[in-house]
Amino acid sequence: MALPGTTGSAGTSGPAGARGRMPAWVWKLRLPRQPMIRHLVLAVAGGAVLFGITSAVGSYDDYQVAQIGFTAVAIAGLSLLTGANGQISLGQGAFIMVGAYGAGMVLVHTGLPVFVALIVGVAVSAAAGVVIGLPASRLRGPYLAGMTLALAIGLPALPLKYSSTFAGEQGLSINPLQPPGTVDPQRWLAWYVLLAVLIMLVLMGNLMRSRFGRAFKAVRDDEVAAALSGISVMRTHVLAFAVSAGAAGLAGGLRGLATGGVVPDAFSVALSISLLAGMVLGGTGSLLGAWWGAAILVYAPQWATSVANSLHLRQGQGSNLALLFYGVVLVVVVLLVPSGVQGALRKLAGWLAQFAGQPSQLAGVSTGTVVHKGEEGP
Amino acid sequence: MTTAKRTGIRRLAGTVAVLAAAAIVAAACSSSTNNAGGSSNGGTVAALPNNTQGVTSSTITIGATTPQTGPAAPGYSEIAPATNAYFKYANDHGGIFGRKINYVVYDDAYDPSKTATLTRQLVLQNNIFADVEPLGTPTVLQVKDFLKTEGVPAVYVASGCNCWNDPALPYTFGWQPPYTDEGKILGQYVTQHLSGQKVGYLYQDDEFGQDGVKGLDQQISGSNVVSRQTYTATPQALAAGLGSQMSALKSAGAQVVVMYTIPAATALAMLAAATIGYHPQWVISSVGSDPPTLTGLLGSFSHGAAGATLLNGVISEAYLPPLTDAANPWIVGFKKILSTYDPGAPWDGNTEYGVVLGYTFVQALQAAGHNLTRSALVSAIEQHGSTFLNPGLVPFTFSKSNHYGYQGGQMVQLENGGQTINTLGGRLVATINGPITTETAPLSTPPANFGS
Repeated sequence: MALPGTTGSAGTSGPAGARGRMPAWVWKLRLPRQPMIRHLVLAVAGGAVLFGITSAVGSYDDYQVAQIGFTAVAIAGLSLLTGANGQISLGQGAFIMVGAYGAGMVLVHTGLPVFVALIVGVAVSAAAGVVIGLPASRLRGPYLAGMTLALAIGLPALPLKYSSTFAGEQGLSINPLQPPGTVDPQRWLAWYVLLAVLIMLVLMGNLMRSRFGRAFKAVRDDEVAAALSGISVMRTHVLAFAVSAGAAGLAGGLRGLATGGVVPDAFSVALSISLLAGMVLGGTGSLLGAWWGAAILVYAPQWATSVANSLHLRQGQGSNLALLFYGVVLVVVVLLVPSGVQGALRKLAGWLAQFAGQPSQLAGVSTGTVVHKGEEGP
Repeated sequence: MTTAKRTGIRRLAGTVAVLAAAAIVAAACSSSTNNAGGSSNGGTVAALPNNTQGVTSSTITIGATTPQTGPAAPGYSEIAPATNAYFKYANDHGGIFGRKINYVVYDDAYDPSKTATLTRQLVLQNNIFADVEPLGTPTVLQVKDFLKTEGVPAVYVASGCNCWNDPALPYTFGWQPPYTDEGKILGQYVTQHLSGQKVGYLYQDDEFGQDGVKGLDQQISGSNVVSRQTYTATPQALAAGLGSQMSALKSAGAQVVVMYTIPAATALAMLAAATIGYHPQWVISSVGSDPPTLTGLLGSFSHGAAGATLLNGVISEAYLPPLTDAANPWIVGFKKILSTYDPGAPWDGNTEYGVVLGYTFVQALQAAGHNLTRSALVSAIEQHGSTFLNPGLVPFTFSKSNHYGYQGGQMVQLENGGQTINTLGGRLVATINGPITTETAPLSTPPANFGS
C-alpha cells in the first residue's frame, strides 16, 4: 500500500530525482556509507544538538523535549509499520499502554534498574505486537484499521477489569528518575529519554536498511512479487508489527517515567489518532520525520492555546477556539505539504541546490542511483 | 559544481534547521523568577520545596487543570470560571494581604496525559504557588506524585474520590464530600424511609460509582438490592443510551433506583425509563442531580419531548444551600458576584460549586497569614480549616489527620420541575468508616453586605 505522502527511501515512490538528489550527495560526501556507522554518526550528532538545547533551556522546556523524544519513537514505530510496510494502525496507543504497564509493573514490584524495566516494556509490547500481528497480517486497509481501532478502544478497559493486578483507575505510581548531584530532574529525564530513544532509532534505522527492511518495502509495494521472490508476506507483516509495537513499548515506558504514573485513561483513542496525525505531518516512512511530527504534536496545542488566549475570550470559548485552530493547522499542513515536514525539507534542499546552480536532472538521477545502491544494494 | 559550494549549502540548510529548532524552544521558553527565602508563619508543616514560588508582594499566582472541552466539559467547564469570578471579586476588594490572585486555568479535556503536561507547565513555567481546584479523579491522580515532589499544594481537588485523604499525599486536600460518605447518607435514607421496597443500582463503572456503592452497601441490606447496573462514561457508551440497563432494573422489579451517575447519564436513564413506562423512585447522588443541568439535558436529549417534569419527586443529597433559596444571604451574595465577574454564566450547581470553592480558598489564604508560604497554607488548612466560614450545610472536617472538606449533607427532594428543593430531615455528618450523626450547629451567615 503506497500511501500518499510516503517519503520512504529514495526511488520507491514519486519522482526519484527531486526526492533523492540532495540527501544523496550529502550522504555520499559527508557521512559514511555503512548504514550502521552512518546512523550512529547521525544519532550522536543529533544527540549532541539536543544535549546543547536541553542544557540551555528551562525545566518545562526540558520536559517537553522528553515528551518529543518518547512521542518521536512511538511515531517512528508507526512510520515503520505504515510507511515501510504499508500496514495502517490506529492502535499504536494500545501498544504504548502495554509498554507502559510492562515497564511500570517491573518498577513497582521489583527493585530492578530503570533500563531493565524499559527493556521488559519493549519486550512485552513487541510480544503483544506478534499476537496482534498474526491476525492483522490477514487483514488489509479499512479492516486492519478497524481491528487496530478496536484494540485502542478495548485495551484501556483491561486494567479496570483486573484492577487488583493493574491498580485499576488509580494506576501505577512510578518514582521519578533520581538525577545525580544537582542536575535538574526534568533535564535528567530529557537526557535519559533522548539516549533511550536514539538507541532505539539507530536499531530501527539499521533494520530498515537490512534485508528485513527491504522485505518490508517489497511486501508493501507488491505482495505477490515479494512472495515470488521468496519473502514470507505473513512473517514480514508480523515482524513489522512487532518492531512497531516494540518502539511504542519504549515510548510507553518512558512516558510512565516522565509523567510519574500509568493510568488507563491516558491511553485513549485520541492518543492513537494523534500519533497517526504526527506521522503524516512529520513525513510517513521517515524516522527523522518522526521528530518533526512529535515536535508538532507537543508544541501545536500550546501555540493554539496561547493564540486563543491572546484574544481574551471566556475560558470555554478560548479552549474550543484552540481546538479549532489546531485542527485548521493540521488540515492546512496536510494540504500544503502532503509529504510532511521531512518531505518539504527535502524539497527545500533540492530547490536550494538548484538555486545554487547544481546541474539538476543529471546530477539528481546519477546521485539518486548511487544512493539507491548504497542504501539498498546487497 | 564544486564540493565546497555544495558543502556550503548543506551547512546553510543545517544552520537554518538548528536555528529553527532553537527558535521553537526559545518561543516556548519564558523567563521565570523564583522568590527564594521567605519565612513561614510558625505552622506545624516543615518548609516545602520552593516554599514561596508564585508569591510576590502584590500577587499570588495559582493554577488548575480543568475540562473546558471534551465529554466532561458540559457543566464542569463552568466551575473554574466561577471560582475565578470569586477571586476577581476578592482582588477588587483589596486582595489578600494586599496580594491579588492570578488564576491560570488550562484545558486538559479530562485527559490524564494532557493533565500531566499542563500541570508541569503550570508548575515549571507559570511557577504557580498552588494547584487550586484541579478537576477529576483520573486526571489529578496522574499528577499527584509530581505535585508532591515539587512541593506544590493540591488544594481542594474537584473530585469526591476517597483518595485525597492520604498520608502519602501530605499537601493534597479534597473539598466536596467523598462519594462513599454520600453513599452512606443516601443508603441510610433508603433503608429508613423506603423500607420494604426493592432497590436497584445504576452506577458509573469507575472509582466514582464504585466508591459510592461502597457507601450504599454499608447501609442497604444486600438482600434488598435486586439489580446492579453499570455504564461506562465514554461518549460511545453514552451515545448508545441506557435502555438495556433500565429494562433490566424494570424487569427485576426495582421500585427504588439509586444512581451514581454524571448528569448526562442521569438524563439518559430517566428518558429511557420514561420510554418503557418505568417510574421508580429516583435517588441520585449530588454529582448527577443538579436541576438546571438536568433540565437542559432532558430537553436536548429528547428534542424537547421531555423536560423538567421528570425531575418531580427525585430524591438527592446536597451539601451546599439550595440554588433557589432566595432568603439565604450567601446565595444572594454569590449570585451577585457571579453575575458581575463571570457575566453570562448560568446559576447552577456547577457555578455554585466553583464560586463557593473560591471563597474557601481565600479563607485558607487569609488563615495562612501575611508571610504566605506553601507550608503556611497547608498548616493553615490543617489547623484552622474546620473553622473556615463557609455556606455549607455541614462544617468542614479538615484537620491534621483528615484532608477531606465537607463530609455529609442533607437529603433533599425536587418538586415543581426542580424549581423547588425541599429538605428531608436534618443535616447529617458521615465519615467513611464512622457512624452517621446529626449536625446541630446553626448555619453560618456571611459577612455584612456580602457580594456588594
